[in-house]
Amino acid sequence: MSEQLIYDLGSPGRCGVLLPDCDVPQEAIPAELLRADLDLPEVGELQVIRHFTRLSSLNYSIDKGFYPLGSCTMKYNPKLNEDTARMPGFAQLHPLTDGAGSQGALALMYQLQEWLAEISGFKAVSLAPAAGAQGEFAGILMIRKYHVDRGDNKRTKILIPNSAHGTNPATVTMAGFTAVELPSDENGDVDLAALRAACDDTVAGMMITVPNTLGLFESHILEVVKAVHECGGLMYMDGANMNALMGVVKPGELGFDVMHYNLHKTFSTPHGGGGPGSGPVGVNEKLVPYLPGPVAQIIEAAEEADDAPLYGLVMPEKSIGRLKAFHGNFGMHVRAYTYIRANGDEGIRGISRHAALNANYVRVRLQDTYKIPYNRYCGHEFVLEGHFEGVENVHALDISKRLMDYGFHPPTNYFPLIVPEALMIEPTETEDKATLDGFIDAMKKIAAEAHENPDLLRSAPHTAPVSRLDEVRAAKQLVLCCRPIPEWAG
Amino acid sequence: MSYMPHTDLERQQMLAAIGVTTIEDLFEAVPSTHRFPRLNLPKPMSEMEIVAELAALSDANEHAGDFASFRGAGAYHHFIPAAISHIVLRGEFLTAYTPYQPEVSQGTLQAIFEYQSMMCALTGMDAANASHYDGATSLAEAVTVALDVARGKRNKIILSHGINPQYRAVLRTYHQGRDLKIVGDSGRADIADLIEMLDEHTAMVAVQYPNFFGQIDDFALLAERVHQAGALLVIVTNPITLGLLKPPGELGADIVVGEGQPLGIPLSFGGPYLGFFACRTEYVRKIAGRIVGETLDQDGKRAFVMTLRPREQDIRRDKASSNICTNQGLMSLTAAVYLSLMGKHGLRKVAELCYHKAHYAAKQISALPGFSVDTSKPFFNEFVIKCPRPVAALNDILIEKGIMGGYDLGQDYAHLKDHMLLCVTEMNSKAEIDALVEGLKEATI
Repeated sequence: MSEQLIYDLGSPGRCGVLLPDCDVPQEAIPAELLRADLDLPEVGELQVIRHFTRLSSLNYSIDKGFYPLGSCTMKYNPKLNEDTARMPGFAQLHPLTDGAGSQGALALMYQLQEWLAEISGFKAVSLAPAAGAQGEFAGILMIRKYHVDRGDNKRTKILIPNSAHGTNPATVTMAGFTAVELPSDENGDVDLAALRAACDDTVAGMMITVPNTLGLFESHILEVVKAVHECGGLMYMDGANMNALMGVVKPGELGFDVMHYNLHKTFSTPHGGGGPGSGPVGVNEKLVPYLPGPVAQIIEAAEEADDAPLYGLVMPEKSIGRLKAFHGNFGMHVRAYTYIRANGDEGIRGISRHAALNANYVRVRLQDTYKIPYNRYCGHEFVLEGHFEGVENVHALDISKRLMDYGFHPPTNYFPLIVPEALMIEPTETEDKATLDGFIDAMKKIAAEAHENPDLLRSAPHTAPVSRLDEVRAAKQLVLCCRPIPEWAG
Repeated sequence: MSYMPHTDLERQQMLAAIGVTTIEDLFEAVPSTHRFPRLNLPKPMSEMEIVAELAALSDANEHAGDFASFRGAGAYHHFIPAAISHIVLRGEFLTAYTPYQPEVSQGTLQAIFEYQSMMCALTGMDAANASHYDGATSLAEAVTVALDVARGKRNKIILSHGINPQYRAVLRTYHQGRDLKIVGDSGRADIADLIEMLDEHTAMVAVQYPNFFGQIDDFALLAERVHQAGALLVIVTNPITLGLLKPPGELGADIVVGEGQPLGIPLSFGGPYLGFFACRTEYVRKIAGRIVGETLDQDGKRAFVMTLRPREQDIRRDKASSNICTNQGLMSLTAAVYLSLMGKHGLRKVAELCYHKAHYAAKQISALPGFSVDTSKPFFNEFVIKCPRPVAALNDILIEKGIMGGYDLGQDYAHLKDHMLLCVTEMNSKAEIDALVEGLKEATI
């Protein structure tokens, strides 16, 4: 059931779109500017529709089933969000429209900034970053500029717990800092003694994920924040796990200086097979002037109570600058706005509570079958070990692949790195008990199979569109393009 | 509206299984002084109310559906075939994650592979990645590749002032933590001046094709000299123009980047867009971002998988050259569907329509008293007009006539006060162009 390549479906001369005739006088185009050939498919509309529809059927998706992918927050993506983002005044709005012509969009951005700030307890928010990783980058650049502006140039290090997402150390390097890894203690928390020993006047700040990537709330978070602040560093919170915190605690109130949100996780915008994301950043008072821009602001207050103020896009005074062209992934802002509107105070408060309820329920139901290190109340996710005593050569990956046969997407594999054979499970709040019970049953059956017939796991998946792939071959032969390379490219 | 399905009974059963009485008991590790803060948010709203509120906000914007738009400058109003949104909205694509589990992600993976193939064909390069955030960040990432190719021994980056000003700003934001010398774009340096700046410290030269003013420069000598100097030539381009114009690969580019938004992606007030990134084979192991390659499964069936993974942040951590961890998946799918529908013949036709309509508009405007059009170099579908009045004043008058005028270049270029960058696409009928010309004429009387 493999699908042909789009290039193999065409016939010379065919085109999927009828375009209008040219209604203006035509001038000859200088021949020396023109390309000799254009090697694109020659297919009709129905062929295109069938091809991509058939391709889509080879995908697993949230709309199809349960996606307990830890750290990715694969919650339901409400259909309403897609409709609002496609309203003509949003979808067809040019980014360089004058302020007077974009008041609706600016009002929406301003309100979303305010809501995100309220949810996390920060002073101000910029919607500019295009994704979580870009939000991290913005945050670390702000910390850098803050120190540089104070003439404090010796701060070259950023502390990072060893349970961190890979983006954290990569971000630190990109911003010109050195990443210093901190160990975790036996409870899965940051090792406080190691932290205190690392804190000196060369520390620019610390990046930490709350709850951490084990799904656990740091037991000593206030001490961690205090230790870093006392040595003059700033605290960055990776908001990837914000789905555990809404209405539970405000990071700004815990003393964090800056954090990013993942609108594509916490605020239900779709993952789209890898993106687009959106990664706004929130900051406390001292970093407000450094926010990436532009940000939406009220530039003229309303005269009457019932009138709308005048909104504008403003570059903060000491901004780290632009992170992308224009003003962030606006289409994602519309979706997140819609989502917060639909949930309201009550719904937003309920999200993290129910995410934790679902995660803890699955954790407790699986704790007799799988080894769960750091087995205590978790937030929105938890990590178990995907191997069994007395069964050799069955790994987390095999369990993952076997889950596909039961109709589930696998959990996140081999992360965090501090747990052997890690399987990271995040059910999200949008799943009902029956779905969770089905997943728990499958996990238990797989554990039994591992003992009785381990080959069943090792050769899984058996029902997916393809079996396991030869990844070495892919990297070796490196076929990245199905077209012949033109002569000039050598 | 609640997206949480729990009934009271289920909640009780689950709490009992966990061994707690309330959900709040699960949060004992959160400092009690800060636990369960008040959230000052509005009440939940019904779907009907939300649609009404957002429709009002949407209607408050002056958008390309209601106005004859002649604004480009980095974001373009092109025809989007109906079939595209029907594919892109399929939940199987929309609500899938990054294809880390290839056995259940072949749809996304093959679509990215086809996107990469079509971008290679368009740009004339050997390899393309699965995309960056937008054209500006693609350019910023090209700098990292150039520095890496020079193994840290070169630190000078030469930029043409004909590159979109926002792209150049983003490049500077990205590399502010590095010791780089970024030159070439502060004044009015032309291509010959850029060649003069080349030296043994130069890691990369970047130019735009067509440039921000819509003009097509001759890069033949530049390419030769850049390569003689041991630097990389990066060309920023607009994919629609490549339906007609020579591909940058043929012009000597080592890396081709640009904004894929014109390929079926809505304007959407600036995002989400699509940063494409294509290069010669020799650099493919140094580029950031996801890359999909062809392979076989255990049964010998052709299949696709993310490859060269050890470059990426989740594996290489602080040694990774970029922290990027998404791609514009849905946008690259959009571009793949667009390029499939348009294909060899349609894309060329779109490009021809853009070219002819823009040239017609330029000719009409050049005949207006007080206006002049810069025709010193060939142009594609954007061009610069010098106006007898400030651009903002003209645009205020045009908008009253249902016309969104061009971009005010004086905002970015001191020497281009009262210069307007106009963009004409296949969406602009002759009647719209004539109305623009008439509007400009009336606005100066």
